[in-house]
Amino acid sequence: MITWAEFKEIFVNGTWRQNSSLVQMLGMCPLLAMTTSLVNGAMLSLATIFVMGSSGFVVALLRNFIPYEIRIPVFILVAAALVTVVDLGMNAYMHSMYNILGIFIPLIITNCIVLARIEAFAAKNGPLQSLFDGAFMGVGMLWTLSLLGAIREFIGAGTFLSGIEAVIPDLHHYQVLPADYPGFLVSILPPGAFIVLACMVAAKNWYEAKAAERANRKPPEPLATAGCH
Amino acid sequence: MDFSTPPYLLKNASVTRVMAQVLLALVPAIAVYAWLIGPAILIQIALATMTALVAETLMLKVRNRPLALFLTDGSAVVTGWLIALVFPPLAPWWLVVVGTLFAIVVAKHLYGGLGQNPFNPAMIAFAVCIVSFPAFMSQWPNQALHLGLLDQFQVIFGLMPRLDALTAATPLDALKTALKLDEAGIGVPALLANRNVYGSFAGHGWEWIALSYLVGGLWMWQRKIITWQVPTGFLGALFLISGALWLYHPDRFASPLFHLFAGGSMLGAFFIATDPVSGATTPRGKLIFGAGAGLLTYLIRVFGGYPDGVAFAVLLLNICVPLIDLYTQPPIFGMKDGK
Repeated sequence: MITWAEFKEIFVNGTWRQNSSLVQMLGMCPLLAMTTSLVNGAMLSLATIFVMGSSGFVVALLRNFIPYEIRIPVFILVAAALVTVVDLGMNAYMHSMYNILGIFIPLIITNCIVLARIEAFAAKNGPLQSLFDGAFMGVGMLWTLSLLGAIREFIGAGTFLSGIEAVIPDLHHYQVLPADYPGFLVSILPPGAFIVLACMVAAKNWYEAKAAERANRKPPEPLATAGCH
Repeated sequence: MDFSTPPYLLKNASVTRVMAQVLLALVPAIAVYAWLIGPAILIQIALATMTALVAETLMLKVRNRPLALFLTDGSAVVTGWLIALVFPPLAPWWLVVVGTLFAIVVAKHLYGGLGQNPFNPAMIAFAVCIVSFPAFMSQWPNQALHLGLLDQFQVIFGLMPRLDALTAATPLDALKTALKLDEAGIGVPALLANRNVYGSFAGHGWEWIALSYLVGGLWMWQRKIITWQVPTGFLGALFLISGALWLYHPDRFASPLFHLFAGGSMLGAFFIATDPVSGATTPRGKLIFGAGAGLLTYLIRVFGGYPDGVAFAVLLLNICVPLIDLYTQPPIFGMKDGK
């Protein structure tokens, strides 16, 4: 079915190495629009996780029956059907959240990352692998968008977890900064998303460069062999 | 650090010397500003300068750049002064600090520091703050009210309540609001007859500051720190479009003289659009850059949502600079144009 090594590879690829937002830079439109707060970013990502995992699984099951020439429309149809499931389900059971996310739920289908993973992975791999690939790509998006949303929300409004009431009615958001904090509106507007995302990408690249440097640094060689320099 | 463009006829224009002369050219306007509007501008300049230098030091440290070389080049001080001059003088202290931090850290150093920034840092500070804090950024001082230095200090640092009576609309703002409220009623001439809005030849009080910017700018041109193209393009385009519309409908549009000396026109034309880093570099390109900025300033000012448009006009033209420079390359010496 799926080996542990395969699973680990898929996990690291999805959540870190091929991270949809930080590395592949896919799905910028929902990223700009929905990461105004942690809750919004996380909820959209959860919906995307469901769509990507299930569409990967279904397409991988059908992959040997889909004619090569018309594969893209078929992939889109499968994914669109699953998006409709999420759309109707959220409308029925999480209506207040659905009102906030609005058009961005149906628009998950236009998110390049969905079709990209189906085409690049699910069409060539087994159903279990594809399920995990889609889901972990979504998890990569989940942590990125949550962090981005949390930073933008903190700078922009001084709150943490605002809007959590719409998901879990018993919880309340926290006002982290003083109540008379005037709010840094640019952070909530789309330019703020670009600036914060750019800082996150820079931080990831910086971390990886440091890690590569550490890996390359060889232990000091014995003096006898180094003497020829 | 020298900068000059080929064929290197002018030499020895170090960044420090240029920046020092730019600061000197701003001094008359600052003096008039402090005299007419109030000494609060001096507090804001001090705040902006300190913030700019601290931010510059921190960013240079982070980026492992030589501190002494870049700190003494004066570019951060110029950015700080320009920010203080375009912000409302009675704005709370943190506003100018946030604006300056954003200008130095994001608009300047994240793009690679002096010489690498595609956007004018001072204008980025203005744009970010007017989008984020529109209420604070539109509280311009009421000139009928004369506050001492201590009172203005207390207002800026929040030790005194921020009363509505402290602030009043700028001439451009008053014009815009009046036209929006009553399209048919008061025409522009009637509004401009109001001495609280219109002084001797342009906006009350602000006209003399604008005139001082013009004097400082002409001195910079005489010292060859700036070339004639950008200010001429900027003010020429502003003059032409405002003149055309004024002739077409004098009740609806203010005179060219008013537009040339209102808001940030003079400051923008001589001190902001002439930024050698974020502006166009070819002679014809500078003319186009200036004209585009002047035209957009007028359009945003008269038809847009903001009372003045210099910042957005300059930023939009900054984006066009690579294109403008590409298509206005002067012919190589000895070659026919375009061949």
